[in-house]
Formats: sequence, C-alpha cells, structure tokens
Amino acid sequence: MRIGESVADSRPVEIQARRWGWRHGGRREAAIAGLDLRIAPGERVLLLGASGSGKSTLLHGLAGVLGGDEDGESRGELLIDGRPPEASRGRSGLVLQDPDSQLIMARLGDDVAFGLENLGVPADAIWPRVADALDAVGLRLPHQHSTANLSGGQRQRLALAGVLAMRPGLILLDEPTANLDPDGVREVRDAVARVAEESGATLVVIEHRVSVWLPVVDRVVVLGQGGRLIADGRPADVLDDRAGELRAAGVWLPTDVPWRAHAPAPTSAEHLMTAAALAVARVPGDPVQRGIDTRVDAGRILAVTGPNGAGKSTLALTLAGLVRPDAGELAAGVALAGDLGSEPWRWRSRDLLTRIGTVFQNPEHQFLTGSVRAELEVGPRALKLSPRERTARVDRLLAALRLDPLADANPFTLSGGEKRRLSVATVLASRPRMLVLDEPTFGQDANTWRELARLIVELRDEGVGVVAVTHDETFVEAVADTRLVLAAPPDDGDERAGTSPARHGDRAAHGTQRGVRA
Amino acid sequence: MSIGMVRPDLPLAAVNPVAKVAATIPLSIALVLTLDPVSAGVAIVCELIVFMAIGLGSLLWSPRTLPVWIAAPLTGLSMVLYGAPSGATFWEFGLIHISEGSLEIGLATMTRVIAIALPAVVLFLTIDPTDFADGLAQTLRLPARFVLGALAALRLVGSSIDDWRTLALARRARGVADRGVIRRSLGQAFALLVLAIRRGSTLATAMEARGFGASAERTWARRVHFGGTEWVVIVVGCLVAAISVTAAVVTGSWNLVWS
Repeated sequence: MRIGESVADSRPVEIQARRWGWRHGGRREAAIAGLDLRIAPGERVLLLGASGSGKSTLLHGLAGVLGGDEDGESRGELLIDGRPPEASRGRSGLVLQDPDSQLIMARLGDDVAFGLENLGVPADAIWPRVADALDAVGLRLPHQHSTANLSGGQRQRLALAGVLAMRPGLILLDEPTANLDPDGVREVRDAVARVAEESGATLVVIEHRVSVWLPVVDRVVVLGQGGRLIADGRPADVLDDRAGELRAAGVWLPTDVPWRAHAPAPTSAEHLMTAAALAVARVPGDPVQRGIDTRVDAGRILAVTGPNGAGKSTLALTLAGLVRPDAGELAAGVALAGDLGSEPWRWRSRDLLTRIGTVFQNPEHQFLTGSVRAELEVGPRALKLSPRERTARVDRLLAALRLDPLADANPFTLSGGEKRRLSVATVLASRPRMLVLDEPTFGQDANTWRELARLIVELRDEGVGVVAVTHDETFVEAVADTRLVLAAPPDDGDERAGTSPARHGDRAAHGTQRGVRA
Repeated sequence: MSIGMVRPDLPLAAVNPVAKVAATIPLSIALVLTLDPVSAGVAIVCELIVFMAIGLGSLLWSPRTLPVWIAAPLTGLSMVLYGAPSGATFWEFGLIHISEGSLEIGLATMTRVIAIALPAVVLFLTIDPTDFADGLAQTLRLPARFVLGALAALRLVGSSIDDWRTLALARRARGVADRGVIRRSLGQAFALLVLAIRRGSTLATAMEARGFGASAERTWARRVHFGGTEWVVIVVGCLVAAISVTAAVVTGSWNLVWS
C-alpha cells in the first residue's frame, strides 16, 4: 500500500457482496452464506436480524478484521470499492459494542491519533485531524484527559472520533449503543448523525432497537438465519411490510413494548429488606451514594434507576448481602432472614442461596463449570439436595428457559441472550425468596426481553421480592411496581435518593417523585 | 480503574524515559560488582542530594517508596542472621550466626538494595507508560507492534483487578464461598484468564480495525526528543556511580564479589 493513498481518499465507499460467505474456524455451519448485496456510496443502512444471522460477521468482514485462512473460510467475494477490505485498511472504520474494551491509549488525544499513526499520516497533520474529530463527536475535553475517566457514552464517542479521524469512506457500527444509558444512546446517535451528514460516508449500523436509528438511516436490510436476505428497502416500507417477521427475529420495532405485566395481587406484602439512610460503597469508606431509604417487598418488583456513577450496582450488591453497608441501616425482615440475624452481609455464602439470588450484569462473572447442566446444579448441590430433587429442578429449568438443547454446551460458548437466560436460571435453581438483578435486559433483543420480563413477573406472582437495577425505561414502565431513583453524586456532596410509585397503566406520570435528604 | 498515570507537573516528567532508565544502569552495575557499605552509602547520599535538588524530594518519602524502606532492612537482617560468619561471633542459635563479618555483609546488602531500588522507584514514578513506550519505539527503535501491544495490554490490568473483585462476589452469591479457598481461587483465576482473553481479543480487533499492523510505515504523533537534558541526566547517573566507586576504592573497602 502506498503511503497516503488510502489517507487522502475519503470518498464514500461502495459495498459489493457476491455469493459471499464465511465460516469461522472450528464451526461446522457457515455464519453467513451466499450473500448478494450492493450498497451504493453514501447510503446509510440499518442492518437487522436475529442473533445467528451473521450480521456481525458481515460487519467485521467489511472492516477487514475477520482474519486470514487460519481464522476461517471465505467463499465468494466481498469488495469495498472493488477491492478486498483487507487491502483497503483505513477506508473503513469500525466501532464495537463494548465501551470498555475499545480504549487503546491512556490519553484522549493519543487514542484518536492511534489510527492516523498506523496509516502513516505525517505527525504535523495528525493533531489538527484529532481536534477536528473530537469536535465532530462533541467531546470537548483536553487531549491529556484520561480515557479511564470517561462515561460509557463518552467512550463510544471517543471510539467514533478515532474512526472518524481516519476519514473513512465507510463507517461501521456494531451495536454501538447497546450498553449505554439513555443519555449515552442519544449522545452517540446524534454524533453519528452529524458525522454521517458532514462526511457523506457510507454507513452500516447494527442495532436491535430500531427507533434509535430510524432518523439517521435511509435503508433497512434484514438478514435471516445464515445470512439469507429477508427484506431490503426504505425503512418505512420494510418495517410496515415485514413487521411480523421482524418481531419473530427479535427486532425491536419503534413504539413496540414486547410485553406488559399485569398489576400485582393487592394483598399487603411482607417486608424482605429495609434500608434507612443507607450509604453504599465498593471500597469501604468511599461511599458512591448516601441517604438511601428503600424497601424490598415480597411479590413486588422494585426498579432502581439513575445515571451512570449513581451507585446503582453497588446498591444492588449491598441489598444482595454481598457487600457490607458503609453507613446507615440495612435489615432483612424475618420473612427473609428466618432464624439468621438481620444483617445479610454476615450470612454464610450457602445461607444466601435460598434467601437472595443475584444475577450479575455480566453473566460470565457467574459461571463456575463447564456445562449448562452442571452450572444449574451448583446451587442445589451446595444445598445438599437429593440427586432426584436436583435433577427434577434442573430439568424443569432447562425446559422452562429453552436451554435443554444446550444442556451439555459450555456456558462461555453461548450467545448473549442464552448466557443471560442461563445466569437467571442458575439463581432460580435454589429458589431464593428475593432476587437482585443488575441490568437484566441490557443489550437483549425483543424476544429475550419478553421471556425475561415474563419470568420475572411470574416469580413476583409467586411471592418473590425482586430488585432490578436498570437503564431500560420500557422495562420500568411495563414491568416494575415501584421505582427508586438514585441521583448522580453532585460535587458538593449534596446527594439525594428518591422513591416514587410506578403505577401500572399510567406509567408516564412520575411527577410524584419524593426527594429524601441525605 | 487505571494504573500508571503520572502527574505531568513532576520534575523530569518531560525527560525521555529511556534516558532516565539509562541513568540508573552504571550505578546498578557498579554496586552489583562490589559488596561494601561505603560505595552504596555514598550512592544513597548522592541520590538524596540529587533528588532533593531537582525537586523530587517529596517522592522520596511518599508511600510509593515505602516497600524499599521495608524490604531493604529485611534483606539486610537475613544476611546478618544467615550470612557466612567471619571475625568475632556475637551470638549463635542453630543456623544463626551473628558475627562481625555477617554484620558487615548485612549492612552492605541493605544499603545496596536502597541505593539501587530508590532511584528506580522514584524515576519510575515520573515515567508515564505511554511516554515510555514512545521512547522504546522511537529512541531505541524496538518494534512498534511489540511495544504498543504491551502498552495496550497494560490498560487491561485495571479491568482485571475489577473483574477479580466481581468474581469473588459472584462466588459468594452462588453459595460456594464458605469452603475450599485454594480450589476456589484456582477456579477464579481461570475465570479471570478467560475474561482477560475475551477483552484482549476485542481490543485487538479494535486496534486492527484502526489499521494497527498494516503494512504502511507507521508515523508517531508524539515526537520523542533525545537532546541535551537527556544527556545531562545520563551524565549525572554516571557521576553518581563514579563517585561511589572512587570513595570505596580510596577508603580501601572496594570488594569485588568474586575476589
């Protein structure tokens, strides 16, 4: 590659797939096969499809990062501007889903400059382009700013700036907003819209939640199993004509709420856990939130919401008896504690099993064994249940969560939705009275979302008290019974937390939010 | 979480890290060659004077240097207790012989550890990992792939520390944290490894997507200089080594380890 050739060329890219296919090394089935697709220069395409449709593979293929012959087997042709993507590095830029794993350098400016250095841009030309790119995504921070101190939305905008600085003719986004809070989603979407407008680059974006990207794209392409083309056309046409198929594929159509819960039984609920003026901290003595007053009731779902950094996850860990409260009061009710003391953080690990189940944000943190079945047996074994009872419970869960075909699979090899279902199932195997979920619906497609929501409401109706930390407004509106809002900790230390009822039916009214002084 | 962020306002922070590392080498070689209290003692005095003079005095007593102040006397003590006995014996108990010779060796060892470790720790506190990588790649011309790969990996250490904590909490939540600490830790270490590989491969993809490893000649946005200041730093390092050696030879305590 001649230096500067790809750098100077920032015209929008044309994409051409002819009978293209890719099989990952070690897999029997091709991820994608026989794809015919042409995307004209400057088109902005939303790429939809169920998990397993090979849409990420296509995007990685376009970015030229699928690897060589040892990584998999390629069929047919995939060309950008008539050349293989590997030969046109710098013509395309890729932003991935996980905001944490894409930071390359420790300082903001260096991170944006990284791609330009790799492309051989002369040093004098790099810094003006870095400044332009940061400006385009609206990150107005000093170049020396530490990338570790950025929010999720800022990190994704930084990744976008890094791509943008390379002046690509093709911008590829792989679920760039799936792991962000609502503010972060808007930040990133708006930045992409502005950038696409100004640069005129071809844009291909993958995302389950269609409504986020509809204002930006002018074409929707839907892939079926194995990369079969299901639908292709103007967004409005595709979404109207193919709504049924899209829903079946787990695509989240605009204004859709996949499922709504009925109101809980009006009987008075037992108190499982009560917090008063609670301060929570991951590192003892350094609380991330103070003055929390809340209560977990049997047969009710409490949603904990608030911006990043408000201490939602830390509160979840504290309510789950995993982390000791930093200050204030936290007491388990007799209904939950039974013959144990009222301080859940002092309970033995085994005692937690039948009392509080915790589903972590990242399912992989929870997996202990090499198969789905063994994973489900961990709890029942620790409880010393009889082999017959153990098998019965595990079989029932496998069937209920559609995991039975995967009983012998390694948990780490499951898809995102399957991992999430398994992590919930492992907790249910020991039948806890209280359930703590950290972002249960994060990044899930509409099908998994519906299954999880149904399951959680079923548990509620059986009398389980549920705490769900979430950014997902749809989940709060359609599923939760009460909402606890944690405020971002302001600099002056004036921190508040407020509770408001989230009533069924009329969920739009949250005006009754009650502020509680720290 | 991040590690290795350096305060850019520190003296010497702007000096090429390669020069700072190079400056410590002559003294280290000299002090490894000989085992005597004079050379190392003189070196420590010189180091204290130099660091205070350039405004790094506060770092000398910061908690970051505490390991040096703890480790050095411990190393010295073990030499006092178990070092080869010679001269008058003061106290004996089993394998322990405290003698005139072992006291001397202990003192020489302790001062040596301080004299070598102290400047290394203090100078490293002024070195930003990114600057160090730039220096290795541009001044020493080490391969960019290797240097930048290592630098990116360093950023994953912070995430791994967070992962480890969460893994421990997850084990408590799953009811298996009451017993079997060793087995559990091994399992947890394996899980950490799996997560680290996961993160690493995502990071590698992100780097590759930005043209890392492409065949084009790489340029450097941050230009590394190696000029007058860098040479002065190295000369000061050589001077400290020379003074220490001279003092030891003049006082007759120079004592090559193999003689």
